[in-house]
Amino acid sequence: MAGLVNKFLPNVVANWEGDNGFVTAIWQTLYMTFVSALFAGIIGIILGILLVVTAKDGITPHKNFYYWLDKLVNLFRSIPFIILLAVIGPFTKLIVGQTIGPTGALVPLVIGTAPFFARQVQLALVEVDPGVIEAAEAIGLSPMKIIFRVYLREGLPELIRSGTLTIISLIGLTAMAGAVGGGGLGNMAISVGYQRFENDVTIVSMLFILVLVFIIQGLGDFAVRKLEH
Amino acid sequence: MAEQNGIIQLKNIDVTFHNEGKTIEAVKDVSIDVKKGDVFGVIGYSGAGKSTLVRVINLLQQPTAGSVIVNNQNMLELSQKDLRKARRNIGMIFQHFNLMNSLTVYGNVDFPLRDSGLSKAERKQKIDRLLDIVGLADRANNYPSQLSGGQKQRVAIARALANDPEILISDEATSALDPKTTTEILDLLGRLNKELGITIVIITHEMDAIKQICNRVSVMENGRVIEEGDLLSIFGQPKQQLTKDFVNTSTHIGSVLDEIRDSGIVDKLSGRLIELNYIGDSTNEPIVVELYKRFQVEANILFSNIERLQNTTVGIMLFALTGDDDKVEEAIKYLDSLKVNVKEIDLKKEGK
Repeated sequence: MAGLVNKFLPNVVANWEGDNGFVTAIWQTLYMTFVSALFAGIIGIILGILLVVTAKDGITPHKNFYYWLDKLVNLFRSIPFIILLAVIGPFTKLIVGQTIGPTGALVPLVIGTAPFFARQVQLALVEVDPGVIEAAEAIGLSPMKIIFRVYLREGLPELIRSGTLTIISLIGLTAMAGAVGGGGLGNMAISVGYQRFENDVTIVSMLFILVLVFIIQGLGDFAVRKLEH
Repeated sequence: MAEQNGIIQLKNIDVTFHNEGKTIEAVKDVSIDVKKGDVFGVIGYSGAGKSTLVRVINLLQQPTAGSVIVNNQNMLELSQKDLRKARRNIGMIFQHFNLMNSLTVYGNVDFPLRDSGLSKAERKQKIDRLLDIVGLADRANNYPSQLSGGQKQRVAIARALANDPEILISDEATSALDPKTTTEILDLLGRLNKELGITIVIITHEMDAIKQICNRVSVMENGRVIEEGDLLSIFGQPKQQLTKDFVNTSTHIGSVLDEIRDSGIVDKLSGRLIELNYIGDSTNEPIVVELYKRFQVEANILFSNIERLQNTTVGIMLFALTGDDDKVEEAIKYLDSLKVNVKEIDLKKEGK
C-alpha cells in the first residue's frame, strides 16, 4: 500500500507534512471555510431578514431602507471575487491586520459571501406562508418574536438548504483566495501542483475539496430531512 | 354600560387601498355593532370587502377612516404594545388554517401561550383541555401535514382559544372544507359560543353556514353593508336582491323554479303559482285543507322547505292554485290575511 502511494503520488507524499504540506492546507481550507461561513452566515441572516421585513408586504415595511439595502446587496454581489480580493486589501488589513494567509482571506470571503447568502435567506423567508405570519400577528406577537418564532422556525429547512449551497460555493472561493496568497488546498493545487507540474498534488487537492463538498452536502440534506414534516 | 354597548363597534369604517395609481375602496362607510354573546355573520361574495372589514376589528387592517371600539377600548388609540395585548383577546381562524408546519399539534396550541406567564405544567394542562374541547386529544404529537382539513381547523380553533379570548373571528374558516366537515366545525363554534360565551364573528359566502349558527347577519356587497338584521328577518323577509339570492340558494327554491321553468311543466301548469314565506306558527293551520274548504281551490304543492332556525320555524312553499278565477283571487287574499308573505310568480314572464 505504502509502496503504491509512493509510486503514484510521489509529490503528495513529499508535500504531506510541514508548513506548506497537505495537512496544513486542509486545516487552512477548513479554517477559511468555517470561520468565514460563521461571519457571513450571521451577516447574511441579518441582512436577509431585514430585506424580508422591510419589503413592501413585510411586517415592518420601510421603503427607503429596503431600496438602499437591496441595491447594496446587489452591488456587492456583482463584484467578481478575484477583484474584490484586491480592491478591499486596505480594509482587510485594517480589520485583521494582514492581507495574506488564511486570516487575510477571511475578510474578502465574508464580504464576498454575505450578500449572496443574504439573498438566499431572503428567498427562503419570503417562502414562509404569509397566512402564518398573519396568524402570529393576530395572536399578538411583536415583530421581533415573529422573526424568531415564525420566520426562522418555519423557514429553517429552506435556510439550511441555502446555507449548504452557500458553504459549498464558499469552498470554491477559498480555493480562489488560496491561489492568491490565502493558503489552503487551492494554494496547494495551483502553486505546488500546477506551477511545478506536480499533477498528483493538483488531483489530490481536488479530491480533498470534493470530499469536503460531499460531506457538507450530505449533512445539509440530512438536517433538512430531519426538519421537514 | 358594558352590556348596552356592543363588544365590537365599528363606526363609519372606510378602507381604501392605493395600488399603482389605482384607488380601491374595499370598505365604504360600514358600521357594525356586535353584542356580547352574538354569533354575527357577514355574508357576501368574494371581493365584497368582508375579509378586509373583519381585519379592522383587530387592526390587522388599519382603516382609512372610522372608529374601532372593542371591549370599550378605542383600538386606534392603543400603543403597539397595548394593541398586541388587545389582540390576545381576539382569537382568529382562517380559511387555510395558517398553522406552523414545523410544530406539532401540541406546539401549535402552545404557540400563543409562550408569553402567557404560565408554567410549563399549567400550559400543558391548558393545552390538553383545549385539545379535548376540539376533539383532538389523541393527535397532540402529530404534525399538521398528517391531519385532514377539518382536523387542522380544529387545531387552529384550539390555538385561537389559548389566550381565553372573548371574541373569535372566523375568516371563511369552513370554505376550504367539505360539507360534512363544515357542519362539524360550525357545530363546534356554536358550542363554544354557548358553553364559553365567546362572541363570534363569522364571514362566509355560504348562507348555510350563517343559517346554522348566526343570530345576526350583515350582507355585504361592493364594500358596503346593504342589509342587516337578525337571522330570522334576513332569512324570512330578505329585502335586497343579493340577500334574496343567498336565501334562495340556501332554500333551493331558486333551483326548483329553474327546474320547473326548464322542464316545460310551466306550460302544463294550470292556475296560479304562489310562493309563501312564513316565520313562526302559521304552518300549524292546515292551509291546504282550509283553501279547499273555504274556496274550493286546489292547492298543488310543488315545493316546500321548512327549517328550524333558532327554535323558530321558517318555511317556504310553492303552490299552484287552481279553481274559479274569483275564488282563487279570494284564496290569495285569505293567504295575505294570515301571517305569511305571499308572492305570485309568473314564470313565463320572468323567463330568464
